[in-house]
Amino acid sequence: MKRIALLAIALLLVAGLVPALAAQAPIRIGALFAITGPASFLGEPERNTAQMVVDEINAKGGIKGRKVELITYDTQGDATKAKQLVNKLIKNDKVSAIVGPSTTGETMAILDDAEKAGIPLISCAAGSKITDPVRKFVFKTAQNDSLAVARIYEYLKKKKMTRVAVLTVSDGFGSSGREQLKAQAANFGMQIVVDDTYAPKDTDMTAQLTKIRGSQAQAVICWGTNPGPAVIAKNARQLGLKLPLFMSHGVSSRKFIDLAGDAAEGIILPSGKVLVADLLPKKDKQKQSLMAFVKDYQGHFKAEGDHFGGHAWDATMLLRQAIERGGDAPAAIAAELEKTRNFAGIGGTFSFSPRDHAGLTKDAFVLVEIKNKDWVLVK
Amino acid sequence: MKREPVKYALLVAVALLAPLYFSGGYLMNVLVFVGINTLLVVALNLLLGFAGQISLGHAGFFGLGAYISAILTATHQVNPWLVMLIAALAVSALAFLIGFPVLKLKGHYLAMATLGLGIIIYIFFNEAVDITGGPSGFSGVPNLSIGALVFDDDVKNYYLVWSFTLVVILLAVNLSRSRIGRALRAIHDSEVAARVMGVNVRLLKVQIFALSAFISALAGSLYAHVMTFVAPASFGFHFSVELVTMVIIGGLGSVYGSLLGAALLTLLPEMLRAFQDYDIIIYGLILILATMFMPGGLVRGIPAVLAAILPKKQERG
Amino acid sequence: MNLSDQIIQFLLSGFATGAIYALIGLGFSIIYNSTGIINFAQGEFVMLGGMVTMFFLTSLHLPLPAALVGAVAITTVVGVLFERLAIRPIRKPTPLNLVIITIGGSILIRGLAMLVWGKDTHAIPGFSGEEPIQLGNASLLPQHLWIFGITTLVIIVSKVFFNYTISGKAMRACAFNPRAASLIGIDVRRMVLFSFIISSAMGSMAGFIIAPLTMTSYDVGIMLGLKGFCAAIIGGMSSGLGTVFGGIILGILESLGAGLISSGYKDAVAFVILLLILFIRPQGIFKRADSERV
Repeated sequence: MKRIALLAIALLLVAGLVPALAAQAPIRIGALFAITGPASFLGEPERNTAQMVVDEINAKGGIKGRKVELITYDTQGDATKAKQLVNKLIKNDKVSAIVGPSTTGETMAILDDAEKAGIPLISCAAGSKITDPVRKFVFKTAQNDSLAVARIYEYLKKKKMTRVAVLTVSDGFGSSGREQLKAQAANFGMQIVVDDTYAPKDTDMTAQLTKIRGSQAQAVICWGTNPGPAVIAKNARQLGLKLPLFMSHGVSSRKFIDLAGDAAEGIILPSGKVLVADLLPKKDKQKQSLMAFVKDYQGHFKAEGDHFGGHAWDATMLLRQAIERGGDAPAAIAAELEKTRNFAGIGGTFSFSPRDHAGLTKDAFVLVEIKNKDWVLVK
Repeated sequence: MKREPVKYALLVAVALLAPLYFSGGYLMNVLVFVGINTLLVVALNLLLGFAGQISLGHAGFFGLGAYISAILTATHQVNPWLVMLIAALAVSALAFLIGFPVLKLKGHYLAMATLGLGIIIYIFFNEAVDITGGPSGFSGVPNLSIGALVFDDDVKNYYLVWSFTLVVILLAVNLSRSRIGRALRAIHDSEVAARVMGVNVRLLKVQIFALSAFISALAGSLYAHVMTFVAPASFGFHFSVELVTMVIIGGLGSVYGSLLGAALLTLLPEMLRAFQDYDIIIYGLILILATMFMPGGLVRGIPAVLAAILPKKQERG
Repeated sequence: MNLSDQIIQFLLSGFATGAIYALIGLGFSIIYNSTGIINFAQGEFVMLGGMVTMFFLTSLHLPLPAALVGAVAITTVVGVLFERLAIRPIRKPTPLNLVIITIGGSILIRGLAMLVWGKDTHAIPGFSGEEPIQLGNASLLPQHLWIFGITTLVIIVSKVFFNYTISGKAMRACAFNPRAASLIGIDVRRMVLFSFIISSAMGSMAGFIIAPLTMTSYDVGIMLGLKGFCAAIIGGMSSGLGTVFGGIILGILESLGAGLISSGYKDAVAFVILLLILFIRPQGIFKRADSERV
């Protein structure tokens, strides 16, 4: 009898301990970034930022006393790898939520896996079709390309320019931009007189620019990521092209100014506010987040935090808030994410709803001009 | 004692039972891709290992199969199994037609022509945005199904893909031991000698090229339905080179070698993942060392290594 | 701006790009002729040329000429190491095995470069500034003159080397028939090493003269290597003028294709034309048909 009583007490004790132990198990969050490969300019700052944010959360005692474990895999920007790795995160690592991937192509490849498994996915890619149509478990933090295009067209309209030449890179980023540039042209009364592309690794774009010089265009809009736009800026200068040159938010980091050198002067581009954080008025809601992120990233990586890293910052912070409110069950995270209102992050002020999983408006972008190797806000 | 049927039966048994070990894990998913890559490597080996004709454009045939399946099933709602057949036939017809001028070329000119072909196909995937969805890819490809059985998870896809792989391996083994296989090897050794012996060298080369394209397109269709998404980046020049690497690392002219090569180079990146940024350095080193120490490929290298470790066994033989 | 002015600009740009392809292509054909290897690591030598120059300029603050000499020296050392450690130890080399080794080598070199210099793209200033030079209605950068100058110089030097020096003649003998060459006392393995030294040096020069125009990063070698390979094949893998023309034809086709037909399909246009040429002349453009050896 005595033995049974002891056993019973032991069992009770163990039973009592189990929830306590469970509470200490870390919250597992998966991350898929293109850390190497052609999209590493996105993946590397994203990985750095996500890890930085998670380390900070843990240093402050975790979320409701539970540590966060970030499991990061490198997709190399390859859709097949992304597909395999999302399976690994869901099935082997049993994560509660996933941050990434970095590019639209990879995200489109794995949407259904996340949706089917019921694991919330916060993509860091910009393509608008990621959240259109809305899927219950899929969110994104990168600003839609359509918002950036609208900013540029608005400016051109104000300056009474209507004929534009577009020169886009033939990868996912460029083709998404090209689609939006064409789709919105009519709304702003724009006429696309030259529609040309270049390949991501091309070394000389004078042929396209010569063609543009011979056309009726009043402005050139180039959609690409480094180094292509820097080559274009240099080629345009070589040819003495006098037209105003617009770039996309794909090059809104100091790197572009370094690469293009003198040829960058006078170029105008839409950018997340992170680039001009110190120029923003005090009353801007995002200012606090932005300044914190910039300072933090500088401290950790001796490099300027850019808005690509910002996408991962937003995704991780959104997750933290959702888990704080509703715990780490995947369905609860998705439900809480959807209730996010007025979260002032790096990419903009997010308000998700059952009908909108992108959560941003066009004030997420500002137009900046490069003057004396620095950024100036365009009013 | 007939060893060939025993070997094949063993392979079938291992393939059928593998899911018992790996089921549920993501490795299952990787094994699906091992199956698809094996199809491709066997196809390329028929051309490169048996007939001695290099192709640096096989990713193009693979991609055509994938895109035809994706577009016809997702945009036009044609029956996926029918499309799979149409795609394979269309791609092999294309290969047959261009095979005549292309296979007239030799050595590096052949390499160049097939490379060019692959790049032209790739550029088409990238630029024909209205049809292919362009660089950001094409999504919404349905899963394959038979009646109520929908191939929508890894285990089901594994059996789907591997049944194709096992059939193709069987066909390739038989082909290599047939009259055609001997004729192909004759071409490999000396085209002139083969011609003297009465082999229609030109036609046979083109036929094997078309067969190789047929299997590659089949692999492409399977890939599209397994991934439910296709993008041009998966079908670039790199993948063509990777396939050639798999053939040689596995063993030129050996069907089972193709399986080994595809398995090693598909699984290796997963095993190296723990090394993070160092993984591609280790991958490069392994390629060099494997070629140095196993010049005949894994299929000849592994028995040689085993024989060296187990000297007793050699005495018996 | 009228069409003929545009075409002059297309031709000029294509010519400049083509000169680079030619220089890279020469590296391919020199190694091919002495070893029968298509050296897939050639593009990585080009990458090293640009990246090492960048490193010497920005991290060690060396003057430009010193940085350039250093880049050639280091790339050549890498070329020698590669030949010694990966190519020479193979006992029974088949061309396909050697090709796989060079693929492995290129992955390895690229990976190391990524670890050492990171994944960022870097800019290198033009050797003589960035002020454009006007030629009628077309324009060039001073860097283009450097490209033309260095490419011409390299071609002349290699021509002299292969035709008038003992080593050069010995290398040609090896290319023609290695067995016969070794019978008359030529050390074939030494000639293989020579070919790697020359090719890696040429590759690095291509790398640093183009870097000011195109920037440089650890992965530029892939595309440049591919284009150089095409140039060498169009030229019939000749280590002389054939490859030079091959590169220039490719560069001009690309530029005209982009300007006049379609910028998206420009590479496809170039390849379709190349395929048609190969179909009509299966023995190559610059080669006479020779009878098959049995």
